[in-house]
Amino acid sequence: MSLPLLQVNDLKKHFPVKAGLFSRKSEFVYAVDGVSFEIARGETLSLVGESGCGKSTVGRAILRLFDITAGQVILDGQRIDDAAPSTMRQMRRRVQVVFQDPFSSLNPRMRVRDILAEPIRNFGLAKSAEDLEVRLTALMDTVRLPREALNRRPHEFSGGQRQRIGIARALAAEPELIVCDEAVSALDVSVKAQIVNLLQDLQSEFGLALLFISHDLAIVEHMTHRVAVMYLGKIVEVAPRREIFAAPRHPYTKALLSAVPLPEPGAQRNPIILKGDVPSPINPPKGCRFHTRCPLVFDRCRVEEPVLRAAGAEQWVACHLEEGAPAASPEG
Amino acid sequence: MALLEVDNLQTHFRTPGGINRAVDGVSFHVNEGETLAIVGESGCGKSVTSMSLMRLIPEPPGRIAGSIRFAGKDLLKLSDREMRAIRGNDISMIFQEPMTSLNPVLTVGRQIRETLMIHQGLDKQAAEAHAIEMLTLVGIPEPGRRVREYPHQLSGGMRQRVMIAIALACNPKLLIADEPTTALDVTIQAQILKLMLDLKRRVGAAIILITHDLGVVAEIAERVMVMYAGRKVEEAPVAELFRSPRHPYTQGLLGAVPRLGSSLTGTARRLAEIPGQVPDLRKPIVGCVFAGRCALATDLCRQYAPGLEEKGPRHIAACHYSAKGAVAA
Amino acid sequence: MTDTTVNPQSLPAGFVLAPQLPEILRPVTIRRGFLGFLRGHPTVAIGGALLLTLVLIAIFAPYLGSVDPTALAPAKRTRAPSADFWFGTDVLGRDIYSRVLFGARVSLTVGLSVAIFASAAGLAIGMVSGFIRWADGILMRFMDGLMSIPPILLAIALMALTRGSVGNVILAITVAEIPRVSRLVRSVVLSLREQPYVDAAVACGTRTPMIILRHILPNTVAPMLVQATYICASAMITEAILSFIGAGTPPTIPSWGNIMAEGRALWQVKPYIVFFPAAFLSVTVLAVNLLGDGLRDALDPRMAKSL
Repeated sequence: MSLPLLQVNDLKKHFPVKAGLFSRKSEFVYAVDGVSFEIARGETLSLVGESGCGKSTVGRAILRLFDITAGQVILDGQRIDDAAPSTMRQMRRRVQVVFQDPFSSLNPRMRVRDILAEPIRNFGLAKSAEDLEVRLTALMDTVRLPREALNRRPHEFSGGQRQRIGIARALAAEPELIVCDEAVSALDVSVKAQIVNLLQDLQSEFGLALLFISHDLAIVEHMTHRVAVMYLGKIVEVAPRREIFAAPRHPYTKALLSAVPLPEPGAQRNPIILKGDVPSPINPPKGCRFHTRCPLVFDRCRVEEPVLRAAGAEQWVACHLEEGAPAASPEG
Repeated sequence: MALLEVDNLQTHFRTPGGINRAVDGVSFHVNEGETLAIVGESGCGKSVTSMSLMRLIPEPPGRIAGSIRFAGKDLLKLSDREMRAIRGNDISMIFQEPMTSLNPVLTVGRQIRETLMIHQGLDKQAAEAHAIEMLTLVGIPEPGRRVREYPHQLSGGMRQRVMIAIALACNPKLLIADEPTTALDVTIQAQILKLMLDLKRRVGAAIILITHDLGVVAEIAERVMVMYAGRKVEEAPVAELFRSPRHPYTQGLLGAVPRLGSSLTGTARRLAEIPGQVPDLRKPIVGCVFAGRCALATDLCRQYAPGLEEKGPRHIAACHYSAKGAVAA
Repeated sequence: MTDTTVNPQSLPAGFVLAPQLPEILRPVTIRRGFLGFLRGHPTVAIGGALLLTLVLIAIFAPYLGSVDPTALAPAKRTRAPSADFWFGTDVLGRDIYSRVLFGARVSLTVGLSVAIFASAAGLAIGMVSGFIRWADGILMRFMDGLMSIPPILLAIALMALTRGSVGNVILAITVAEIPRVSRLVRSVVLSLREQPYVDAAVACGTRTPMIILRHILPNTVAPMLVQATYICASAMITEAILSFIGAGTPPTIPSWGNIMAEGRALWQVKPYIVFFPAAFLSVTVLAVNLLGDGLRDALDPRMAKSL
């Protein structure tokens, strides 16, 4: 078996919250609390879940936008969570990011040319000024923007065009993995389709791996190879696309899928309506974190936390109802 | 009988870059107890339309023209005072972001109470009792305790329920819901959609649902109106619209959303793209507003703006080429 | 809106045209360039014009029909305003018109210098505390300490330590203004650091100094510019107060505060001695504040994004 491009082992990120000026008690937001997965070269893994489940924190941890609390992030066999700054700078080239908001993800005071040249210069990818120019025009062609646009500033573009610029910036570093943090969520329907198609084309053209973080399950199904479902800082189910959408095993995955309204009037659906809201990640429930909303809850769920167990060839579920299979960690 | 009849509504804004014709000649009606969805992408004028109905457009820089007849009265001819008596009473509105539309320094109960005391002339005790009743109606547990809480103590889903309770407190004839579930998570959205469906049966108010989410439309609307660049381009009963969209824009919109479960049925395909961008509404548009992005557009389209014509039973679209009665491509 | 060239006869049968609708707003003339900006932001135009006039007055003070502002003429003491002495004369017979014109130099110099120095120092301190966590605690507690002293008292205390000169006045007021500026810069830096484009730059391998230079600094310019105008206005008032109580500009240099201080004793009988410098001070401060308010509106990104 070849080495996965990215391995995340038992990743934890706890953010301290200020309880008050004179409070001695320190509280933490358990944003990500023990998450493990891996991404193969050229693969798309989607991280889905509702707001506050920690999916974006996982993405930012992989980009090392902050130091993690515990665990390991291994890129191509090399740990990057504790890499020294000089090593880290070289590793950064291989993992790039596309953010959600096409407006705040581009510096309003920079021309497109300078935005795209930044990673090329930082990583010393251009051999000469001519080479830089060739690269810049090639990037514009790749994301299907006119070359003249290089000399304009972000405010002159629409949301979809800005997102193309954001993608071009990510591509400029010639990465192997792109973290797409809700990269199409803020876009209008017709523009969203353009960007989704572009991402798919780029993936097959450059053999990119994608970590596709999204709450939009229909887009995820359209884009992805595998899906990891997160709830309150934990992965509750990981499986290839077919298994997740045809035979979800975790009650939360089932509820999530059934809750999506379908664009088919009169479609026979019986949505599983979960009661209540997602509990606070400051005091996550004991036992299974989903037990407060789970329609199938029983006594054991309230005391014992379920671990991810193999429920199929490549399907892993953290639920006591999936007993019988031996506990293991999702390798492969 | 039509409860609301909007005729040639125009809402324009003066901006430094020119006149923004945000809504330009939109006509529609809503029957009593009916749910009409207004669908379109950002900037299509759907929200400006709803704000115009409530006369919440600041004038200047904006200006509203046309007529909005609600229960026999032209809302555009009413005084500000008469309009205030209608807002929140006969017509009420719920917004996308419940946190910003609730007053953070007043308790939830007080906010419901005030609507009732102003519009229905209830005294404090009666209003309080009614407020608790409303919170029960929208499915808030422990309403007696919740009335004394402040908006920040509630979750996003709870706040949206409170917004709905305030909107329904005076038994409005028309409820305008502007992207009511867009800011919510999918499991919470499911709760709110179910609530809206239940309430529709029990309260009987007509609803104008403004959304970009075709799934939400299919779920609760009866009739759909599609807007593009400040104009209505198509209108049809919901099943008819989804089955045989006639305007190329509507067709593009429906083709651009992936369907959940399509990877299983083998119907997965590349998403349909609508090429190009929405036109700049600050420049006058000659011809069809969609011509610049339409695969079928001809010189005729670029020169003459199509009017709405009947394409099927209760189905109208503004396109020169979508033939009558023909099944769409 | 359909074009007026529509000729329905040329259409094939069966085509339906959209109804012609009237224009409901008068057309907007789009003004571009510098003049267009001024038309769109009248407060900037008015404030800027007033301030420009005052700057010109200060520069050309010797050529505007003035005499030596320090020339004593005991024979012509406390004359009322007249054709010879437009603003009258003070207790030592000096021409108030000339003194007020020359006084503009002191006020504007102090205002501008303090605005520049306080912004520069505040920017540096704010940047450091916005980026270096351990320095943040120390610097901000120190700034809190400074802020607990009213700026005017701090300036008086600093002036008490030194000899009165325009340079020392500038220094004293600058020190008193720095805490507020650094707080502002720090908060701007902290909010900019949260921007996705800064995260993207980190992911692009940009080093921290470059991130500050390229992504943070340029985006603090707009709020700093607005803040600088307010500092300028407040510095001019502080200078006048210091001079008025004799702790500022030395009495040999005419400044608005000095002139008012000298006229104070005669306020009830010879109000014009105080009136003219006071009026000039008010107009100058108003001009600077108008400019600041106008710039704030013009540079506010939320305003720019709205309809």
